[in-house]
Amino acid sequence: MHQSHPQTTNAAVQQLHDSVLAFLQENVPGAVISSHIDYDFPLFILEKSHTIDALAALKSAQSMEFSFLTTMCGIHYPENKGAEFALMYQLHNMPLNKRIRIKTFMASNDLTMPTVTHIWRASNWMEREAFDFYGFRFSGHPDLRRILNMDEMTYHPLRKEYPLEDAGRHDKEDKYFGR
Amino acid sequence: MAKHSHIGQAIAPATDVVDEKDYTILNLGPTHPATHGIFQNVLKMDGEIIRHAEPTIGYIHRAFEKLGEHRPYAQIAPITDRLNYCSSPINNMGWHMTVEKLIGCEVPKRAQYLRVIIMELARLTDHIVCDTVIAVDTGAMTGFLYLFQWREKIYEIYEEVCGARLTTNIGRIGGMERDFNETAWRKLHAFMKEFPKALEEFDRLVTRNRIFIDRTVGAGAITAERALEYGFTGPNLRAAGVDYDVRVMNPYSSYEDFQFTIPVGTKGDTYDRYMVRMMEMWESYRIIEQAIAKMPDGPIAANVPEFFLPPKELVYSQMEALIYHFKIVMGETDLPKGEVYHSVEGGNGELGFYLISDGGRTPYRLHFRRPCFIYYQAYPEMIVNGMLSDAILTLSSMNVIAGELDA
Amino acid sequence: MSINVNIREEFKPEGLEGAGFFATSLDKVVGLARANSLWPLPFATSCCGIEFMATMASHYDLARFGSERLSFSPRQADLLMVMGTISKKMGPILRQVYEQMAEPKWVLSMGACASTGGIFDTYSVLQGIDRIIPVDVYIPGCPPRPEQVLDGILKIQELARNEGVQRRKSPEYKAMLDQYGLQ
Repeated sequence: MHQSHPQTTNAAVQQLHDSVLAFLQENVPGAVISSHIDYDFPLFILEKSHTIDALAALKSAQSMEFSFLTTMCGIHYPENKGAEFALMYQLHNMPLNKRIRIKTFMASNDLTMPTVTHIWRASNWMEREAFDFYGFRFSGHPDLRRILNMDEMTYHPLRKEYPLEDAGRHDKEDKYFGR
Repeated sequence: MAKHSHIGQAIAPATDVVDEKDYTILNLGPTHPATHGIFQNVLKMDGEIIRHAEPTIGYIHRAFEKLGEHRPYAQIAPITDRLNYCSSPINNMGWHMTVEKLIGCEVPKRAQYLRVIIMELARLTDHIVCDTVIAVDTGAMTGFLYLFQWREKIYEIYEEVCGARLTTNIGRIGGMERDFNETAWRKLHAFMKEFPKALEEFDRLVTRNRIFIDRTVGAGAITAERALEYGFTGPNLRAAGVDYDVRVMNPYSSYEDFQFTIPVGTKGDTYDRYMVRMMEMWESYRIIEQAIAKMPDGPIAANVPEFFLPPKELVYSQMEALIYHFKIVMGETDLPKGEVYHSVEGGNGELGFYLISDGGRTPYRLHFRRPCFIYYQAYPEMIVNGMLSDAILTLSSMNVIAGELDA
Repeated sequence: MSINVNIREEFKPEGLEGAGFFATSLDKVVGLARANSLWPLPFATSCCGIEFMATMASHYDLARFGSERLSFSPRQADLLMVMGTISKKMGPILRQVYEQMAEPKWVLSMGACASTGGIFDTYSVLQGIDRIIPVDVYIPGCPPRPEQVLDGILKIQELARNEGVQRRKSPEYKAMLDQYGLQ
């Protein structure tokens, strides 16, 4: 028989948000730019230079112990001038069933970020995917190269300026479809 | 330790240093009968022992995440089908639940129970594929041929509900598209009556089979700590000893109403992965039994006419319903702004959907947390210093589905 | 609803029959032999591969049409069944597998993705395998039902039966291969 874990209520999520915010403000001062709750996830927007310290602290500290990296991905906000790209990390404290989301923004001319592969091994391929899709450069990554697309590809396809369709296709003219 | 692991040590004991340049390079894949899916592994072999493995994936990269930014929400459901295509309904339901979370819609109880039945049937199909294929890779074709007959029976149930066998696109935002009709109930009851015998037969063929145990015990073992570091979830993590199941930790779609256990292994080797899936099939069977017994009456969809097609009588008689129908079919419905993450327990682990909506007709960003992609990173570590035949078994027991790996 | 086909009548080649002998043209005999012993190479990449597994399994049983032995080695296969999405990364590999097959060889494109790219009109997906290799039969569907796959195989059998022994050496065939840049 399993022990059923309690459903997270709004109060529990608020408490999680407050405790993590207090922890970050105390241990990594200057890291948190802003924070709020999205549906059932506390979201913390961190300063780019402090992100790696914050993530390491969130994993190792006894009171936090976010030892499982659920996922991470890149996001492109082209209309956000000066902070066009964001990296999102989703952390999970499995034994206590606590989940938070960390986001950090960066400008399009400065897409470098220290790697977290020494903190969570699972991030190895996730960072390669972020590099493949958006062009983030993770310094210290053991093997940063394209993972899903062809190695010869010259651009980073998930950026919003690139189209979805294959550029070489000539039988889907817009004029036939009223576009 | 496996009974035969000493053989590996006798061939290349730790004190003997074989020169690196004497290693043979073997290319396993991308097209290979035993890699069920297209991924490549370049192996450096010292005789029969693998010393180094270099995986390459992306041979079926179909750009789901980019597609997600260009398709309206209802059109993304058929795309999610193609993630883990052995258990497509689970992917579909996960997507529908993500959108329902975004719009704040409460799905009626009956629809939730119907969804549970469909999702557990899907889990059965996924585990049948994985377990029979492990047996095929050890040389036992019989189990595969016997149990695939039962997958056909499950496909027939899907067909009654949604019309398709494999890529089902089952369910809608807000509930189910149609209730189970009489034929579906009849087929489901017939399946429930006969399936235990078939599964027991497969169990007797394989589980205590001398050859199978000798082949699989100790092959591709991974410890629980290592598995957690690599982001394992699902049966592979449970085989290593951690009882993490999204259905229990973050219950969705009324899973908290059902009694089921989480089978857990000890060593995280191929035999444990096989056994965990076998036990999970029994648990899924029990969940379906309970869902049928406790099925409540009620509507099969929530009252969200902006997302759920109104009934045809209303479309032909009321202006509002006609406009909703038009907007849904043309994909012109706007959704609220927000950022949401929802995960379901897929056949391979925590399948997560991270959705950012900017209020438009298509998602702003859609990211899939694909369990196969994350745990396949550990594959080189699991096969190094083992034999090539163990590497093949490890791969099939991890149940790597290429669609979910590359997305 | 089943169609009754008397196989002996339907596929019997024309020829001169007598007590203990049957004389017909070599083309027809070779065609009959080839059609009923096609060894497929299942180039299964995605969901269509699972439907192919269902076709191979006991319910729909592909083996009764002569395709008992699936060959994963191109050198020993007759029929290349491309099942599933082919991405641009996979294209060269598909072409290499096709080139490694010995004549006579047929190509069956199963599913919408292999035929035209399917629902994946994206930058990474090859919009149809006929951009890189010649295809004999296309099976539409996403994924096609096993019955459709069997229908496709029967059409390949029809092609094989009626081909003739000289086709693969003919200048028209060579011209078609040149179009693809194949030898």
